[in-house]
Amino acid sequence: MQAGGDAGHRCALQVQGLTLRYNDVLALDGATARFPTGSMTAIIGPNGAGKSTFLKSVLGLVEAEGAVSAFGGPVAQAMPRIAYVPQRAAVDWSFPVRVIDVVLMGCYRKTGLLGRIDRRMTAHAMAALARVGMQDFARRQIGALSGGQQQRVFLARALAQGADLFLLDEPFAGVDAATESAIISVLKSLRDGGATIIAVHHDLTTVAAYFDRVVLMNRRTLAEGPVAETFTRDALAQAYGPALMLDPTGSSAV
Amino acid sequence: MIWQALMLQGGYNSVLVSLGAALLGAAAGAAGAFLTLRRRALMSDAMAHATLPGIGLAFLAMVSLGGDGRFLPGLMLGAALTAGAGLWAVQRLARQMHEDAATGAVLASFYGAGIVILTLIQGLGTGRPAGLESVLLGSTAGMLRADALVIGFGGLAVSLALWALRRPLAMVAFDPLHASMMGVNPRRMDAALMALVLAVVLVGLNVTGLILIVALLVTPAVTARMWSTTVTGTATLSALIGAACGYVGAAISASVPDLPTGPVIVLLAAGVFALTLLIRGHRDG
Repeated sequence: MQAGGDAGHRCALQVQGLTLRYNDVLALDGATARFPTGSMTAIIGPNGAGKSTFLKSVLGLVEAEGAVSAFGGPVAQAMPRIAYVPQRAAVDWSFPVRVIDVVLMGCYRKTGLLGRIDRRMTAHAMAALARVGMQDFARRQIGALSGGQQQRVFLARALAQGADLFLLDEPFAGVDAATESAIISVLKSLRDGGATIIAVHHDLTTVAAYFDRVVLMNRRTLAEGPVAETFTRDALAQAYGPALMLDPTGSSAV
Repeated sequence: MIWQALMLQGGYNSVLVSLGAALLGAAAGAAGAFLTLRRRALMSDAMAHATLPGIGLAFLAMVSLGGDGRFLPGLMLGAALTAGAGLWAVQRLARQMHEDAATGAVLASFYGAGIVILTLIQGLGTGRPAGLESVLLGSTAGMLRADALVIGFGGLAVSLALWALRRPLAMVAFDPLHASMMGVNPRRMDAALMALVLAVVLVGLNVTGLILIVALLVTPAVTARMWSTTVTGTATLSALIGAACGYVGAAISASVPDLPTGPVIVLLAAGVFALTLLIRGHRDG
């Protein structure tokens, strides 16, 4: 567990040799990465590279082998400081729950016995909704919103938790342009406030504009580091195979 | 006669029985709301059918000890033991096959065993086993005052427990991964919900009977779901529907000779559901 040495306390999250086997398939093969405090990292890689599984294993929601530490200690201990935004496809949108109820679920650790909610807690949840521009939708049924609005509500739930390590699984998948820019500006302001952001990301053309670090993975981590050094044509070819047509590194290097 | 029963004029005992059935209906409606949102409705059916061998064995045990074989708390204890065994069997089998197949296999096996034991009891001619069949379809006619009190307070206790646990239960049903990150243990909440559903099944043995209790758990819940946009709203409305059906059903059954209570209650619930479908059916979600 001393893999990071003195760097341990400056790392929000450290992952060492994360390995997970589903039946005969290796979903993760010794994935190793460090996520410095206050950084914003994109996890990229081809479909089936185990990116979502990586996030879930880090959180202990899926049991994998390997060592994970958050803020220099066990993840379970740091859980109150961690927020996770699931993939949109993983949510039951027909569930009878309003926008404000979803966000209040993020306040559960702060509420009273068995989740008793008072006016202060509702105000806290409303403030989180306002940060993502969804305050006017508080009483709407979650299923009646657009995909982008739903994604923003889940980001608001994460904000309400008061975490400083955010793990997001494809936050921009299937959302409109307005939502994408709303989410990225919230994430950037969180990072500027010292929080650490880790997002599974698909759109290679926006990596350089949105993130400052990148982790390239295909079941194991192939490269990690600042976007300028790590997000190279060679590294991408190694992760995705030589069939990758466009060259996203060139178009958005500025 | 039915009118008198509905208007609380059917005598002290039948009023008590109707109120007991109403509280049971409320508990079943509320528990059913959380059960269906967690997608465990059929699990309750397996659990209910798995009570039958326990009821038979408890009857035999109590008669052989020289007691009254139909002593309700004794029957409930036996029912709880085999229902727990059935629940464990479903979860154990679900590791090797799909949960619906496991549920079906356990339901049929335990119920078959229960019917065999009941038939053996009738062959023995011990005591007065005639009352034992009432656990299948429910019979509130001639129910003892003590039984009505057990049913009423049991239903009340389950409803209060569900009210206290409504937020963590809703979190686990909506997003179990997030719930566990927020310090709510989904496995523990599922176990608590199953225990409360088991309590409903046991308390309901003499009212709806074990065959139809699943309908009282599911029908008010899906009906309420079509009117409400929140978990608490769904559970509350479901409890009210269940209470109304329990009250009216018990009153009707008590005033018509030989009419089992369970089918009447379930038909009332189905009527409310059909009406809801007519009014709200065109809406999605």
